[in-house]
Amino acid sequence: MLEAVGKKDIEELFRSIPEPLRLRRPLDVPPATDEIALLAEFRRLAARNQTAHPPFMGAGCYPHHIPPAVDQLLLRGEFFTAYTPYQPEISQGTLQALFEWQTYVCLLTGLDVSNASMYDGATATAEAALMATRITGRRKVVLSGALHPEYRQVVATYLASTGDELVTVPFGDDGRTDLAALRGAIDGQTAAVIVGYPNFFGVVDVVAEAAALAKAAGALAISATAEPVALGLLQGPGQLGADVAVGTFQSFGNPMSFGGPAPGFLAVRESHLRQIPGRIAGATVDKHGRRGFVLTLSTREQHIRRERATSNICTNSGLAALAATIHLSLLGGRGLSELARLNFERARLLRDAMKRAGFGLRFSGPVFNELVFEVGDAEQVVGQLAERGIAAGAPLSRWFPDEPRMKGALLCVATELHDPELIELFAGAVRDARAAGASRN
Amino acid sequence: MANPTGWKPNMEAEKSMSEAREAQAGEVGLGFGARGLTFEEPLVFERGSSGRLGVSLPPSSPSLDPAAELPRELLRGKIDGLPELGELETVRHFTRLSTWNYGIDTGFYPLGSCTMKYNPKSSEALARLPGFADAHPLLPASMCQGALELIYRLERALSEIAGFAATAMSPAAGAHGELCGLMMIRAYHVARGNPRRKVLIPDTAHGTNPASSALNGYQVVQLESGPDGRLHPETVRAAMDEDVAAVMITNPNTLGIFETHVAEIAEIVHAKGGLLYGDGANLNALLGVTRPGDCGFDVMQFNLHKTFATPHGGGGPGSGPVGVKEALVPYLPLPSVVREKAGYRLVTDAKERPQTIGKLREFWGNFGMFVRAWALIREYGPEGLRRTAELAVLNANYLRALLRDDYFLPYETDSLHEVVFDDKLQKPSGVTTMDVAKRLIDHGFHPPTVYFPLVVHGALMIEPTETESKETLDRFAAAMRSIAQESKSAPDAVKASPEKPIRARLDETRAARKPVLRWRPGMKVE
Repeated sequence: MLEAVGKKDIEELFRSIPEPLRLRRPLDVPPATDEIALLAEFRRLAARNQTAHPPFMGAGCYPHHIPPAVDQLLLRGEFFTAYTPYQPEISQGTLQALFEWQTYVCLLTGLDVSNASMYDGATATAEAALMATRITGRRKVVLSGALHPEYRQVVATYLASTGDELVTVPFGDDGRTDLAALRGAIDGQTAAVIVGYPNFFGVVDVVAEAAALAKAAGALAISATAEPVALGLLQGPGQLGADVAVGTFQSFGNPMSFGGPAPGFLAVRESHLRQIPGRIAGATVDKHGRRGFVLTLSTREQHIRRERATSNICTNSGLAALAATIHLSLLGGRGLSELARLNFERARLLRDAMKRAGFGLRFSGPVFNELVFEVGDAEQVVGQLAERGIAAGAPLSRWFPDEPRMKGALLCVATELHDPELIELFAGAVRDARAAGASRN
Repeated sequence: MANPTGWKPNMEAEKSMSEAREAQAGEVGLGFGARGLTFEEPLVFERGSSGRLGVSLPPSSPSLDPAAELPRELLRGKIDGLPELGELETVRHFTRLSTWNYGIDTGFYPLGSCTMKYNPKSSEALARLPGFADAHPLLPASMCQGALELIYRLERALSEIAGFAATAMSPAAGAHGELCGLMMIRAYHVARGNPRRKVLIPDTAHGTNPASSALNGYQVVQLESGPDGRLHPETVRAAMDEDVAAVMITNPNTLGIFETHVAEIAEIVHAKGGLLYGDGANLNALLGVTRPGDCGFDVMQFNLHKTFATPHGGGGPGSGPVGVKEALVPYLPLPSVVREKAGYRLVTDAKERPQTIGKLREFWGNFGMFVRAWALIREYGPEGLRRTAELAVLNANYLRALLRDDYFLPYETDSLHEVVFDDKLQKPSGVTTMDVAKRLIDHGFHPPTVYFPLVVHGALMIEPTETESKETLDRFAAAMRSIAQESKSAPDAVKASPEKPIRARLDETRAARKPVLRWRPGMKVE
């Protein structure tokens, strides 16, 4: 091959790199390993993560059963070794699946148009906020203090670079957004109002009321959903008046994978179609009149519009979106309702078991599958349960360090993976931990 | 037209194949058994609601009444339109869709600047170990030491590979990494009293570069590359002033050419207080040969889905960690993983990093991609990484040598990992880059990147990667040459291609003019 290239050695291929810039030593990374040793090494590493029991926390990333069919289909190399479908004739599989994904997002959210996925729920929320500033020409974003704190932080990071204003409104004792405060925060400069649904505390928040307030002020209402299984039981945010729905479909078909990747989603009303960020698949015909799919409306995008694009997003979460599409297809209408009911039920079992163990709820608002318990010292309880290999939940003091009333708050989830026996074991373990903590004090 | 490459087609629509084509297939020795079947397949929503269920769940209590607790107006009945299929129907649906796709596992995928190298199956198996796949991101540190160690070790390795002090792991893809890098650059300038207003970007850049700059509120100034395809120091010097926050350079650039003047350009930028951003999309060419940090770059994003072989997945998920020099370390986004006496720990609190730009996404990054990338680095080791660059560059130069008589090479400058041709030699007979690309599909290859970079009219950007064999490259070159011949002898046939896939050329104008972006009952697209 070197001969064909007309070079005497490999070194000559790199002659365009000036000598002072060349690395004249081997990279300082561990020596190469064979596949057998590699497997052993990674098994050892993986074994140092304790995942024997499903964790009792969601908080934006949810333990759910993934039917084995999902992964086996996902592993078809035609799907997972393809890239963005730039050549539609040989990408109809990806394109039709994305079209199906977009349809699922629309059906579940009750909105008209979805894109082909975002990085995750938090960045989808930030992109929705930016989109709202473009659509309204306003520069103030109002968000609920009960929205997932990481979503709030990411919105803040994105808005810091554009210089837009961010206002956070408090939540009440029911865990829902304080409507009076929300009303006070929205004005003629407000581009968007963002509310979680269910919110960070697992509470079914006031999307309809927030949407009405936003609409009256000419702002967009954005609903953010991290646990989309809830949408099998609850009205879609679009039905409640939201203009934009964002979040993640990680719960469908995607393992927790230490928090990523996950398929973010973003759906809007038809009227905002031209301002939506990211890729969109659309139906068309081929030259023989047969239906097919292509990426479309790309004049919004960075590869065409460059600095005037609606977003810089290029690669998104295609494969994760495909996993969600497959899982939703296996579930179907019946399965989704059943799964949502089951999650709702398990959360009640958890609530009852914890009540018997002596722990009440922090918030009084209606919940789906997540609850915040009062456990005294949440970090202490989590530490004790970790010693037993149980991931106890998320202590809210991590995100609300300056609020003493959050010290005892522990955010927990129950899904179809938490069977009644495990739930009893958990409640007992929390009781033991609390007792141990009390005796130590 | 016989297929001169002897390529065995595997994407043929059984029913759409004319007898004439079957005869041709016979000519190149394809038995009936060598062809797969391809089926028409409706949308999953068009398969109807059969009342079936594709999952197995424990029953919920029939007496459960959500309305007892949830406001009735929030409860939803059946969602109209959702399918009701069994597991087998669903499996067939997606299996059939997969056969309409072309992936690296199917064949050669020389999509320039996307680095479509083979994704080792071992990496997939490792990412699926329950200890990784089932790890919740909020596990107490004592319960996730394995995951934290993996992130820490990958971060150290990436920093070493590209010559940086530290690497932010959380960005979700290349463009997200650009955004992160520019935010840090902005924070760096703000800390010095002035965010500055401009970012300079050469005309060969990816569209994400200007888009990421604009998202940061920067005005983009385009720099012209020289007749040799390189950015020249005098161009940068003329545009550089104290209002320029950064210059963004892809190296090697999207023409596959090393920016030989990069060190001098870095000096010019630094002398005016600016920073040099490196788009690491093409890092594959440099592994173990040179390090962007040593070339003067202050910030650079990696694309783990390119350089480190994590699957492209039909458009993601990617992973776009960002390496920085010491001066930018205070601004790194949250979180980072630190190693302490007690073990590994996530730093998530801004109190520990008062100058951080903040959080860029939920949780810690695309950890699933970290597992695969770390597996590749462990498997390759230092020699393997360097060999990667050597073979990637050799393969690109080999194709350049094989194709240069039949396709016009707009830049004679040395190529590294990719080579850009154009359609100047085909134009006289009316054949364009798009036609060549579509004809390649009939030969069983994924087309190169087309019409990019924008500085080359009708660009055909070929990146073979290091994982392809000489035999594959020879077959690809033969197909390209045969198309060049055919463009002269039968241009109409080239323009009518592709013939073999399940769909012919699709009407993209119609898709944009009459957008149909989701299924609705009774949907018809004719």
